[in-house]
Amino acid sequence: MEGLTQPKVASQTRPQAQAASSLRVLSLRQRETILGWLFVLPWLIGFVLFTAGPMVYSFYVSFTRYNIIRAPQWVGLQNYENIFFNDSMFWKSIENTFWLVGFKVPIVMIVALSIALLLNMRLPGSKLFRSIIYLPNIFSGVATVFLWQWILMPNGLLNTGLGQVGIDGPAWFVDPHWTKPGLVVMGMWWIGGNVLVYLAGLKSIPKELYEAAAIDGASDFAKTRYITLPLLSPTIFFQIVTTLIGTFQIFASVFIIAGSSGGNVALGGPGQSMLFYVLYLYNRAFGKVGVGGFQMGYASALAWILFVIILVITLIQLRLAKRWVYYENEREQT
Amino acid sequence: MIDAMKRGSAWLILAGISLLFLIPLLWMISTSLKEPTDLMGFNWIPRRFAWENYQYAFSFGMWGQWTLNTVIITLMSVIGTVLSSSLVAYSFARLRWPGRDLLFGIVLATMMLPGVVTLIPQFILFSKLPAFGFQGSPVWINTFLPLIVPAWTGNAFYIFLLRQFMRGISPDLTEAAKIDGASELRIWWSIILPLCRPVLATVAIFAFQGVWQDFMGPLLYLQSEHLYTLQLGLRQFEFAAGGSPAWNWLMAASLVVMLPVLLVYLCFQQYFIEGFNLTGRSDK
Repeated sequence: MEGLTQPKVASQTRPQAQAASSLRVLSLRQRETILGWLFVLPWLIGFVLFTAGPMVYSFYVSFTRYNIIRAPQWVGLQNYENIFFNDSMFWKSIENTFWLVGFKVPIVMIVALSIALLLNMRLPGSKLFRSIIYLPNIFSGVATVFLWQWILMPNGLLNTGLGQVGIDGPAWFVDPHWTKPGLVVMGMWWIGGNVLVYLAGLKSIPKELYEAAAIDGASDFAKTRYITLPLLSPTIFFQIVTTLIGTFQIFASVFIIAGSSGGNVALGGPGQSMLFYVLYLYNRAFGKVGVGGFQMGYASALAWILFVIILVITLIQLRLAKRWVYYENEREQT
Repeated sequence: MIDAMKRGSAWLILAGISLLFLIPLLWMISTSLKEPTDLMGFNWIPRRFAWENYQYAFSFGMWGQWTLNTVIITLMSVIGTVLSSSLVAYSFARLRWPGRDLLFGIVLATMMLPGVVTLIPQFILFSKLPAFGFQGSPVWINTFLPLIVPAWTGNAFYIFLLRQFMRGISPDLTEAAKIDGASELRIWWSIILPLCRPVLATVAIFAFQGVWQDFMGPLLYLQSEHLYTLQLGLRQFEFAAGGSPAWNWLMAASLVVMLPVLLVYLCFQQYFIEGFNLTGRSDK
C-alpha cells in the first residue's frame, strides 16, 4: 500500500519514477478508482460469498430434494406444490405469523409514537425517562426471554399484579389462546428503540410551524393532526416497514419459549400457537419435522416464499405511501 | 393553569411508564436473591438474601469455558466489523470511482433483505468449507469461524452509518495530508477514524450487544458443548433443571450474562445517544 502511493518521491523525480513503475503512470483518478474498489473489497467479497451467492444457490436448492449429505435431486416445483397444497403446518405458521404482525406492529407504532410525543414535551426529567425507556433495548437473547417467561407465569408477577386490581389474568404462554398476546406484551418492553427514532423525527420538525399555528389559535389536537403527523410521516413509514420485516422473522424468543419446560420445539408451543414462520422453517431444515430431517430443499422453498411475501407487502406499502407520506423536498420541487 | 395540569398529568404518565419499564429488571434482581420457598408471591424484598444463588449459577456446566468462548467470538467479531465497515465506508464517502453509487445502492438494499433467505444456504456453505481441523472440525460448522469471519466483511447498516458521518467531515482536513503525501490508508487510519469516534463507539456497542446476545448463530453453528456461548449455556442450564427450572438460579445466571452489556452501555452511553440521533434507527 505504502509503495503504491508515494507522491512525495514521485513528484520530485517524476520522469524516472514513471519509467520505473507502471503504477505511477496511472493518473490520480485511475489510482483513486483502484483504491476505491480495493477498500470496498471486504464488503464485496462478503456480499458475493455470504449473501448473493447463497441466495442464488438457495433458489436452485428450493427446486430440489437435498439433505446436505447426498447431492441435491431436482424435483421441479414439487416442494412448492407440497407447501401450498399438502402442508397444514405451513398454513398454521402463516396464520400465526400474520396474526402477530397484524396486532403487534400497529400497537407498537401507536404506543411508541404516544410515548415519543410525551417525551417531546420537554418536561423535567425527560432525559432520565428517555434513558429508562430505552434501557431494555440493550438487552436481548436468552436471559430476557427467561425473564419474561418468569413474569408471565400463570401465577407470576404480571398476574399477581393484575389480581391486585381485581383482574383474573390468563395463563399466557401456557394457554394456546394467550401465547401471542403474551408475546405482544413482552414485545412492549423493547419499544424504546422505536420511541427514540420517533423522537429524533419530532426534533427535526421546525418550531416555527408550531409558533405560527399557535398565533392562528390552533388547538393541540390540530397541531398534532396537521403539523406533527404529516411531517413525521416519513419516519412512521420507515418504522412500519422495518418493524414489519422484523416481526415476520420472529424466531429466538419463540424457539426458547416453545422448547422450554420439556416442550417440543417442533410443535410450536401449546396447540401450535407459537408455530411462527421462521420457527417452522428451522424445524424443516434442522429439526425433526418431515422425513429424515435436514430438508434443505423444502426449507429453502419456504424461505423464498417468505421473501416474496415480505417483498410484496413492502411494495404495497411503498405504493400506499404515496397517498399519506409527506416528503417536503418533493413538494417543493414539483 | 390548564397548561400546568396538562404538563403535570403528562409527567405522571411518563413516570408511570418508566417505572413499568424498570419493574422487570428489579423483579429479576429480587428473584435472583430469593430462596426457593420465597419465590411465589409479591414480596419485593427477599426474606433472606440468598447470595449463594450466584455461586450456584456460576458452578453450572462449563461456565468458565462458555464465558471465554463468548469473549473470544465477541471481541473478534466486533473488531472485524468496526475495521472493515469503516474502511468500506471511507471508500463510499471520500473516494470517487465509477460504480460507487451503484454499489452503495446494493449495500442499502441488503439492509432490507430478510436474513432468513441466506440462513440455509449459508449453513450449507459452512458445512462444506474446510476448516482443516481448526477447533477439531473438518468443516466450518462446529467452529467459531461462521460467527467471526463474516463480521470481517462489514455490515451494511454500520457502513451506511459511518459513511453518513464521514461525508460530513470537511475535505480541508484531509487535503493537507494528501499534499504531504499520506496514502489513503494512512488518512483513513490516522485522520478519519479518530474524528469518527462517536459513530465508531455506536457501531461497536451495537455490534457488541448483537454478538454477545446472539442466539440463532451459535445455535446453528456450534454443536459441541465445550464450544457453546453463554446464550446456549443459559438454555442448557434450564434443561439441566429438568422441566421445572429453579427460577432464582436462572435469574441469577441471566443477570450475570446481561451485566457486561449493561456496563458497556453505561460506559459509552454519551457517545451512543449522540450516534443514535445521527442515524435515527433502532437495531431491533
